[in-house]
Amino acid sequence: MSAERSTIKERAKEALKDDYLRGAVKSTTDRLRTNKLASQEALGNWEWWRERGRQIRAHVVANLDYYLSQLAENVRQNGGHIYFCETGHEAVKQVIEIAKRVKARSVVKSKSMVSEELHLNHALEQEGIEAVETDLGEYIIQLAKEGPSHIIAPSIHKNRHQVAELFAETDGKEFIPSDTQTLTAFARAKLREKFMTGEIGVTGCNFAIAETGSVCLFTNEGNGRMVTSLPKVHIAIMGMERILPTVEDLEVMMNLLPRAGTGQKLTSYVSIITGPRKSGEVDGPEEFHLLVVDNGRSEILEDEDFRQVLHCIRCGACLNVCPVYRQIGGHAYGWVYPGPIGAVITPLLNERNDQYQDLPYASSLCAACYEACPVKIPLHDLLVKLRARNVEKGRTSRWEKLSFRMYRHAFRSPKRYRVAIRLASRLQKPFLRHGFIQAQLPILNGWTGARDLRGFSGESFRDRWKTLQNVLEKDKG
Amino acid sequence: MKVSLFITCLADSMFPEVGESVVRILHRLGCKIDFPEAQTCCGQPAYNSGYLRETRDVALTLLDAFEESEYVVTPSGSCAGMIRHAYPDLFAHDPVLSSRVVRLAEKTFEFSQFLVDVLGVTDLGAELHARVTYHPSCHAMRLTGVQEQPEILLKHVKGLVYTELPNKMECCGFGGTFSVKMGDISAAMVTDKVNQVVQTQADILTGTDMGCLMNIQGRLRREGHAIEVMHLAQLLAKGMKL
Ligand code: SF4
Repeated sequence: MSAERSTIKERAKEALKDDYLRGAVKSTTDRLRTNKLASQEALGNWEWWRERGRQIRAHVVANLDYYLSQLAENVRQNGGHIYFCETGHEAVKQVIEIAKRVKARSVVKSKSMVSEELHLNHALEQEGIEAVETDLGEYIIQLAKEGPSHIIAPSIHKNRHQVAELFAETDGKEFIPSDTQTLTAFARAKLREKFMTGEIGVTGCNFAIAETGSVCLFTNEGNGRMVTSLPKVHIAIMGMERILPTVEDLEVMMNLLPRAGTGQKLTSYVSIITGPRKSGEVDGPEEFHLLVVDNGRSEILEDEDFRQVLHCIRCGACLNVCPVYRQIGGHAYGWVYPGPIGAVITPLLNERNDQYQDLPYASSLCAACYEACPVKIPLHDLLVKLRARNVEKGRTSRWEKLSFRMYRHAFRSPKRYRVAIRLASRLQKPFLRHGFIQAQLPILNGWTGARDLRGFSGESFRDRWKTLQNVLEKDKG
Repeated sequence: MKVSLFITCLADSMFPEVGESVVRILHRLGCKIDFPEAQTCCGQPAYNSGYLRETRDVALTLLDAFEESEYVVTPSGSCAGMIRHAYPDLFAHDPVLSSRVVRLAEKTFEFSQFLVDVLGVTDLGAELHARVTYHPSCHAMRLTGVQEQPEILLKHVKGLVYTELPNKMECCGFGGTFSVKMGDISAAMVTDKVNQVVQTQADILTGTDMGCLMNIQGRLRREGHAIEVMHLAQLLAKGMKL
């Protein structure tokens, strides 16, 4: 089903039929969250770290202008170039301009969610420039012509056998064994070639550090280092909020991000890159470019209700604990960012696109996401606020509006409330069997499709209260 | 101690026996109980759907009803959470209402929380020979601070075999209107929950929120399992022969 135009409900329905997907997503998220709990326990004082993380992010976001200009100044001083791109389109244009100038034929990439947001690979291909994802997970979904379905584990929805089939197909082979060793060896061999020939390395940026003008990358496969050192040009792309004031702040994030995301104490590689190769240095690119992408973020920044989503450090912890994500995987969310953070940020970044405004309903508001978030973003509250915004903007159905008007009318007056529940308990009678409704009811079929519905009690608590009081009185005496 | 009951609309209209058990237990513990009949609902259905104006109007009925109360006790972690977590935000714009709301939030407790944290009671002298598992509801756990209190109470029941629910922290898929609006996803969630309940081989499933219990019970019945579902207050009252 095409993601365009369909609703989250329809996409979820499709995903729920896919047993492979659900099995793979559940077992991987299970592993990630068990690891997370163990490693936060080992760190000790997790709540203290979390609070520090929250404070740092809140401080940056509140003073974003200041830190962005400090960052820009220091990037330039280190001999790099910095661009502020208001739209995704501008950012893409910028990359293509650089690519054309250096006559690049091929670009090697290391994971960047923002570049997914910009559809960069597609744009490059249209210019005849090959773009290759070098992250194993990203490589897999690129071959499968899919988008990422998890922030840090993009191919979480595929199991080894599916990957083996995909690799075999790519190579025109009948069969490739599906053990991890063979699969990684396959990818490594393919990707080595690409590293050697890529003229430009494109990366994301976990954090930019304002005081030093550096970008920092957390990776596990070593490909990030190749991408930032082998090609002669390095382009880093970051959402404009992904900034930290100092290296000390980075230390806090180094404790929080890997632990929250995968349960690692630290990722295998943490690269801090400060400008291009200096004279006398043997390695590193000749040019360094940093693209700071707005693409709707400054509008969120101005909105007090939602500013907090810009605190996000994209660790993916909220996905791993989300019972909805765990059932339907990432693609059902329909855009780049899945899970609870996606359900909040996608409608905001696509504010004028009605198509994504139903995402905030894909949550039971269980608040597991908030509990997991290493920088304490109250995602469950933001989801309610987004629903409220939909109501305010008249995006909800007439039927729903009417129901809540009736609810308000009946429930704001104890007298009318009493009449309403009496009426309801009378109306349900024809459907009731042993106190439950088993039939499918048109309005309630979301419920009755899978479960029996308890009926209203013939006698409410308030009806019983008088007798109850008398019993208690006697008991006393 | 004077305790006002907030029975919640769900327990009032569908599960009056839960309210009754709460009353009998609190009475046995020597509390003086009243039930302000001006109460209706905490406003959660409207709140969770984003109808904030409607929520405020309904919430005002509670605010009025419990103005004079010393303690407000409710058999629902999620309705207590609504009052303690959402109300302050909902009325933040109005200084007068806002201070009334904070007062209400401070004196509102979920039933098991009230027993353990306020009354300091852990052993009710109950006895029940059954294998029991417990589902900790999300809002009770994460918004109301109901953590180990229900399990403490259960573990003190003589003869009761407590079996922990696997993956107990995960939502059962109720979420109020979510269970109707996103019926398929919700059904998948409750199906997982039911599988886990069945795995424990418990005779009884208990909890502190009738919304979630109603959801799990609805699925248990649809799948034809005989596991009994009851609110913690019902279970304790039964053990106390009240
Ligand atoms: S919202 Fe929090 S938990 Fe989710 S990805 Fe962002 S930082 Fe991580």
